[in-house]
Amino acid sequence: MSRRPGFVLEVDKSTPPTLFWNGEGFTLETLPEGSRVIYAPEPMKALDDPYGAIRHALLNPVGDRDPLPALLFAGMKLTICFDDISLPLPPMEAPDIRQMVIETVLDLAADAGVDDVMLIAALALHRRMTEDELRHALGDRVYDAFAPHGLLTQHDAEDPDNLIHLGQTESGEDIEINKRAATSDLLVYVNINLVAMDGGHKSVATGLASYKSLRHHHNPQTMQHSRSFMDAPASELHSSNWRMGRFIADAGVKIFQIETTLNTDTFPSSFAFLQKREWEWNLRDRATYAATAASLRGVPPRLARGIFHSIKSPHAMTSVQAGEVEAVHAITTENVWKQQGVDVQGQTDILTLGLPYICPYNVNSIMNPILVACLGLGYFFNLYRGKPLVREGGVLILRHPTRPEFHPGHHPSYIDFYEQVLTQTVDPVAIHKQFEESFATDPWYIHLYRTGHAYHGVHPFYMWYWCAHALEHLGRVIIVGGDPAAVRRLGFSPASSMNDALEIASDVVGPSPTLTHLHTPPIMMADVH
Amino acid sequence: MAGSGGAGVGGVGGRAQRLVGRARSLRLPLAAPSWPATVERPDPERKVGLEYDHEWSRRYPARLARAMVMDNLARPVAQLIAPATVRGLEHLRHVQGPLIFAANHASHVDTPLLLTNLPVEYRHHTVVAAASDYFFDRTWKSMLWSFSLAAIPIERSKVNRRSADTAADLIEDGWNLVIFPEGGRSPDGWTQPFRGGAAYLARRTGRPVVPVYLHGTRHVLPKTPDETAVAPGGSGTESRHGGRLRRAPISVLFGAPLTPDEGENAHRFSDRIEAAVANLAREVHSDWWQARRSISAADPTDGAADSHRGPEAPAWRRSWALDPRPTSGSGSGSGGGRGRTTWPE
Repeated sequence: MSRRPGFVLEVDKSTPPTLFWNGEGFTLETLPEGSRVIYAPEPMKALDDPYGAIRHALLNPVGDRDPLPALLFAGMKLTICFDDISLPLPPMEAPDIRQMVIETVLDLAADAGVDDVMLIAALALHRRMTEDELRHALGDRVYDAFAPHGLLTQHDAEDPDNLIHLGQTESGEDIEINKRAATSDLLVYVNINLVAMDGGHKSVATGLASYKSLRHHHNPQTMQHSRSFMDAPASELHSSNWRMGRFIADAGVKIFQIETTLNTDTFPSSFAFLQKREWEWNLRDRATYAATAASLRGVPPRLARGIFHSIKSPHAMTSVQAGEVEAVHAITTENVWKQQGVDVQGQTDILTLGLPYICPYNVNSIMNPILVACLGLGYFFNLYRGKPLVREGGVLILRHPTRPEFHPGHHPSYIDFYEQVLTQTVDPVAIHKQFEESFATDPWYIHLYRTGHAYHGVHPFYMWYWCAHALEHLGRVIIVGGDPAAVRRLGFSPASSMNDALEIASDVVGPSPTLTHLHTPPIMMADVH
Repeated sequence: MAGSGGAGVGGVGGRAQRLVGRARSLRLPLAAPSWPATVERPDPERKVGLEYDHEWSRRYPARLARAMVMDNLARPVAQLIAPATVRGLEHLRHVQGPLIFAANHASHVDTPLLLTNLPVEYRHHTVVAAASDYFFDRTWKSMLWSFSLAAIPIERSKVNRRSADTAADLIEDGWNLVIFPEGGRSPDGWTQPFRGGAAYLARRTGRPVVPVYLHGTRHVLPKTPDETAVAPGGSGTESRHGGRLRRAPISVLFGAPLTPDEGENAHRFSDRIEAAVANLAREVHSDWWQARRSISAADPTDGAADSHRGPEAPAWRRSWALDPRPTSGSGSGSGGGRGRTTWPE
């Protein structure tokens, strides 16, 4: 049977309840008649021979780039950078795409007699990956060949000895990136492009940058003018990165970009019901749902979290392209939209979302309230092209437990942001002006970032800025089932049930609003006309 | 009393009504999901025939259940109904599996009788190539044969890559395969020309083919007359007992494993498999040496090599030639000699 495209269901009397993610669990909600539910396209077919496709892409680059073997020579300095733990989501079953691509690149480098090779995890201000996480991403073969010799490193945005300031763009944006990468004869960047936002010039200009560089586009003004992050031409975040990327190229940094796309086969077969349309659930799906939902309700959140974070996704590669950054990214973006795009006619008064247990910044960690806000307002709200799914002044209803829990090792500055900043104001612009500098330069946070597995001190600010566009656009945000105090701390309205939430929303959008639900998983992007 | 009785009945009725009401009010996931009115219902997808997903039948729970049924039920029943003389097992002792068992086919009981008479090391790790149009045309049949015989659907009317891939993949995964190269049961007991499936799979997977001859099974369960696609009227033998299970002795003969020679194509290799089965057929009525001598003595140009296919003659003569009347010198004379192995004096 051919792959079914995404579609928009209009809820009627016969429509069964709709699945909502609810953190480390899920629930079924009955939506009002006339509501719309957006279902994602079915997963695309995976490449039959991923290794063959990778090799083909390296030998047949797009844009103004020679085939990779022609760029490799004995005595050269080669740096291979790769996306960090934040991609893909959930982490994929072994072998990870990074492993497959990097092994192929290294084979070619070995054939060419390249001795000076270094691997760098391009984690910007994210936390450092653990050995297990690196082994999973790169495979034991690569890890054991490079890590013991100090040739597998993680980008350190606070290491002055390994940063280089290349200059400023015409808009006055500082460009300070990883020195080893910038001074190599060739920089190979290996991307996993889960959504349209990933990749392109953002890979190097953000992934290998320092705070000095990142602050030019990770700020409330840029985020408010990124409509959306998934639509690069309409995204100021991308415009800034593109300016920087072109500057980096003009400065003589030779980049060989490799981008890969995934299908949306997100969960293993034991969770098949998560990706099925509810009226197509068979007995097994119903039984699995009932058993899983009931047992998850009965276990402590910590255990449920452990169960979910142990899930490895059966994601499979649907395309790989290599060569010059912009030419590569144009093909990648097209392929991502081919998998994830759904046409939607018109906006809605209320948008409902079920938020899962994971976002890019809590892999093997805890989804704290700030990340909940970022996932709902920063990521899911921005899964559109054209116009936001919800009209200006409309209401966003999220479903998530939103517990005030933090991972002290991974998110130390988040705790202080939650206690010291959000208690003062939730306005991103005010937060940016009053608090960012002190958190960004706090030596303790820098120490934890550089030596432990902590996100940088400024990272919670960035998460809040990601929400800036939605906060400016929406009339109200309601979280159903969330911890009331935590929800209020975020500046949102708590609701105990979906009906309560609709009742609260009616104060903003009137008694007969239109409602649209984005049915995830899997991930999708709405082309709103 | 009447009042209390009425209250009791009313109470039971009320409870029943409440139970029905509760059952009706159940919703997903306790009840099956309803179908949105705006979504077109697709035609029910029938995953039968070649599309049938039989992978479950090779998982351990199914294998364990099948092994228990086969060893504790099917084998005793088979021994009771069709006591077997098994010969040639020594050929299987020094060969590495997986193997492709290529047998003649005269009855529906061929498969269970062959499986129950396989050595134990093969019996529970063997799949059977079964006609997709016959054994897999209904879901219940698909499930029944997949479970009971570890059957896999094979397209027999035309070459089908999917069938071949499925069988080859299973062989490469270590499963033995039973295949009937005739493509269906013999309409009259004489062997039909072999098709190239077994030879193709052997060439593709590099695994040996074990020729098998099953004798007497058509007396246990003959092909029914309405299925008989021979001359009008069918064969008299089958019209009398068609479709009924009868007790009769059988013979199961295993030949030496065959592998394709260098440069030998599937067609030629298939001919060799067919000749090996024919040789076993001769052996039933004599012994190995006699059969071997008769082959050597036969002049290949006079059609003797095709003698197992029977004479080019009307149906009755073919049946007659297949089940010759007993002569005074053969056997004890009791029972008419049908299906009995005759031994050289």
